[in-house]
Amino acid sequence: MSEIVCDPSGTAEPASPAPETPEQTVVVDDVHLTYRIIGGSRRGGAPAAFRRILLHEKAPGQRSVHAVRGVSFAAYRGEAIGLIGPNGSGKSTLLRAVAGLMAPSQGVVWTRGQASLLGVSAAMMGAMSGEQNIVLGCLAIGMTPAEIAEEYDSICEFAGIGEFVHLPMNTYSSGMGARLRFAIAAARAPDILLIDEALATGDAQFRRRSEKRIRELRERAGTVFLVSHGLGIIRESCTRAMWLEGGKIILDGDANTVVDAYEHKYDRDRRPVTPRAGNIRS
Amino acid sequence: MTLPTAPAPGLQRAGARLPVDEYTRRLWQRRWFVAAYSSASNAVGYEGNILGQAWQVLTPLLNIGVYYLIFGLLLHTNRGVPNFIAFLSVGVFVFAFCTSSLITGSRAITGNLGLVRALQFPRAVLPVSTTLVAFLRLLYSLVVLIPIVLISGEPLTWRWLELAPAIALQALFCLGLAFVVARLGARVPDMAEILPFVSRMWMYTSGVMYSVQIFTQGHAGWVSSVMTLNPAYVYLTLARHALLVGSPATAGNWLIAIAWAVGTLVMSYLYFWRGEEEYGNV
Repeated sequence: MSEIVCDPSGTAEPASPAPETPEQTVVVDDVHLTYRIIGGSRRGGAPAAFRRILLHEKAPGQRSVHAVRGVSFAAYRGEAIGLIGPNGSGKSTLLRAVAGLMAPSQGVVWTRGQASLLGVSAAMMGAMSGEQNIVLGCLAIGMTPAEIAEEYDSICEFAGIGEFVHLPMNTYSSGMGARLRFAIAAARAPDILLIDEALATGDAQFRRRSEKRIRELRERAGTVFLVSHGLGIIRESCTRAMWLEGGKIILDGDANTVVDAYEHKYDRDRRPVTPRAGNIRS
Repeated sequence: MTLPTAPAPGLQRAGARLPVDEYTRRLWQRRWFVAAYSSASNAVGYEGNILGQAWQVLTPLLNIGVYYLIFGLLLHTNRGVPNFIAFLSVGVFVFAFCTSSLITGSRAITGNLGLVRALQFPRAVLPVSTTLVAFLRLLYSLVVLIPIVLISGEPLTWRWLELAPAIALQALFCLGLAFVVARLGARVPDMAEILPFVSRMWMYTSGVMYSVQIFTQGHAGWVSSVMTLNPAYVYLTLARHALLVGSPATAGNWLIAIAWAVGTLVMSYLYFWRGEEEYGNV
């Protein structure tokens, strides 16, 4: 398994400074991101709400969540970077900032070319058939009708859902839905590919196929970011990893080193079960 | 705010708002997505009902019934209007386009947050799409409106062709309206509670169920000027002029209609575009 780490994109090791500096594709400069939260924990009902308005009090429900707190790094062409960390550590939010979908409240994200999040599920509609959703999803990621006509068969084939493509998507099993979504999302190779837990669903056979597809996309894309709780996937398909916690980078470096350190902190109890247990450096 | 300079040539700020001409070009590139997403969300909107898309026509039809009962038979606002059923029907159907553009436009961003946070595209796609759905409903409702007008005794004349430019101008105005409320709705979620009152107020002042000419006869001159400058009144007047005998429209009405359409659309498109970077952070 560890051979995969040394695949084409991993050969140019960015950690060791090469004679010519590799091209920067993403530069994140002291980025902070906050979510405005409205609602949530309002108490007291209508009378209390009016009292707050009259007294110009700030509603207690109106808060902001500081999801990313001062993250800086540079990513280079050919890197595949895994983002790991507990739930709510700001991984997905950081990805959205790199994709340009959320504006940082402070700091700047620079990218070379367009960064795209692998995901079309938001554009798809359960009541529509699989084939309608393929068209809708492909249009949503910016393909033209001509490109869709060209890619349609290979998307169907890749999703491997057979006759179900004519049925509404809400009749699909969750695995089938995930396969179709992945097949559509992966139809186009962006300059910078951002993947948020896309590999977490589907059966073993589909997972293998999708990992192969991700590798292909990665070879075409300049840089790949992968958010996953599957530490095995990070080890196998990433050259570099970042450990986020509380919106800050705890550790940034070679994928195995970072994952080892992360496992050392969190998975100590489960570690002996995995066959990799012997490799862990302390 | 000073614009930071790129740390290396070729790097662009992620999520940076495009210049307005480039933005418009990207919007045009997404026209297929707008069409597909609009027709899909239009169809899905009625999915849970037994009568399905028949409600597109049934809802305004029932509205006409209610208004006829209350305003025509009980309150006699029909005085001075020769063919009240046709007058009321044109009013209800054409005004419904303004209302639904306003209400659905205010949810264009907030109702599609999943899409906004997953995919990169000009956000103007969303208000365009909600307006297109409202426009499609207006076209469907013509299937009911035209028989009502004919059965109630109106002759089919060449003047009916004027309905096309009248509706086209109204559509431009409604699109402009949608751009404004989409940005406002993204900033202030409470818009969803406020707008139904605005639209009701607007309906009662636009002469949907009474003749503004006859109503303003007993009032000061400025009342008449204010009421006849109201865009909804102007578009209703033009539509009635096209379909009904004895509903005069002047060149002045057309000029006001054009001014509202072009002015609103240009101003509000720029207003919406200026907020482009903030829609992901809602």
